[in-house]
Amino acid sequence: MSVKIESEPLFSAKNLKLITDPINKNNPITVLVLGICSALAVTVKLEPAVVMSISVIAVLVLANVITSLLRNTIPARIRIIVQLVIIASLVILVDEVLKAFAYDVSKQLSVFVGLIITNCIIMGRLEAFALGNKPWASSLDGLGNGIGYGIILVIVAFFRELLGSGTLWNLRVIPESFYIKNGGFYENNGLFILPPMALILVGIIIWIQRSRTRELIENE
Amino acid sequence: MNKQSNLYIFVYSSVMVIIVAALLAIASTALKPFQQKNIETEKRLDILKSVGRAQDAEHASNKHSYIEDEFSKVIVEQFAVNVSGVRVEGVDPFKVNLKVEHAKPTEEQNLPVFVAQLDDGSRKYIVPMLGRGLWGPIWGYISLNEDFNTIFGATFAHKSETPGLGAEIATTDFQKQFQGKRIFENEKFVSVSVIKGGAQPGNVHGVDAVSGGTITSQGLENMLRDGLEGYQEFFKKSKK
Repeated sequence: MSVKIESEPLFSAKNLKLITDPINKNNPITVLVLGICSALAVTVKLEPAVVMSISVIAVLVLANVITSLLRNTIPARIRIIVQLVIIASLVILVDEVLKAFAYDVSKQLSVFVGLIITNCIIMGRLEAFALGNKPWASSLDGLGNGIGYGIILVIVAFFRELLGSGTLWNLRVIPESFYIKNGGFYENNGLFILPPMALILVGIIIWIQRSRTRELIENE
Repeated sequence: MNKQSNLYIFVYSSVMVIIVAALLAIASTALKPFQQKNIETEKRLDILKSVGRAQDAEHASNKHSYIEDEFSKVIVEQFAVNVSGVRVEGVDPFKVNLKVEHAKPTEEQNLPVFVAQLDDGSRKYIVPMLGRGLWGPIWGYISLNEDFNTIFGATFAHKSETPGLGAEIATTDFQKQFQGKRIFENEKFVSVSVIKGGAQPGNVHGVDAVSGGTITSQGLENMLRDGLEGYQEFFKKSKK
């Protein structure tokens, strides 16, 4: 292509790459190591992890689109403040909606919904992408990064809930009769409930990802 | 207009703040009734659980109406008493905020009592309590038999205790221990102790502490003692 075409298809190869890249090669958690704190905190059970992922995706996409729409009006000197206001208001909205319609989950997530504001992924994408790109591309970028974040959260939560509580989505997977207290042989691994195990799991995921994706390995 | 000028920045931020403030105010006002409803339903559920009712609330198709029905069926009377055991008029016991009451001098505190009538015709007296765990507030409801001494059931909840450790106070296994415990010994108020290392079998004033949750257990013991203490006179008077 020698001339830049004004209207490219909505899901062109370039646009699709915006979604797929952050899921693997540019994953916000495992490659950029952003948003780790919430990944540790909300992954004890699958349900809060999924709700958290959806919340982050919603906030990230909307914040990206809004910032992108405003990008030509935002004064450069206060752009960080403007971004923060956008993120903060979206997060407050998400928090209020959860409190009204998903009260039990919002209780489990407690302060971490509020802390989406400080999730470095969101600020990072606004600053690095949305400020310089059109709304549609920005929304795809937000979606991709949100999914990339969500996938890791769900994987970590899956193992932590299964091995730490013997349940998945609060449904019993490992039968009660297996447990030592009921005369069986099995015991939940309490370490999986505590935050350090999430870090170890994220480390294992990074290890697997790097051994599969060679280009992620830095040259000495 | 020059986008780098101070005037532009000033106008831009003012407009932004006004728009955002309006938006959030509208959202907050619009969602308030739903949020309030959730909080009330949760409180009713906690009260019902302390007498072993509303067990299948999780599976109810409409949680709010199910719990409201149960609550109006089971809870036949609710009132507030003061520290000398006299009923206080003009106080809605359901709306009493224990945090506010604890801040008042003892004589002015309103202590809510919920009376449940179970299917077998027996009456249970439910009292709410609020205390401090390791990371945040813990609260609960204790239901007493008509002798105002034996505990019929208990339910506890917490805001942010450690999962697997302090958070165990919210499990039924822990709460079941309280059934049949007594809070008076020869007319003297002794409350129920949460004993580290396990209570002796046959100890009617003690339950096992949560292993690994020492501070939460201690907080729970304090909450029980402080919470029940104020009702002493009411219990003594009602027994006669």
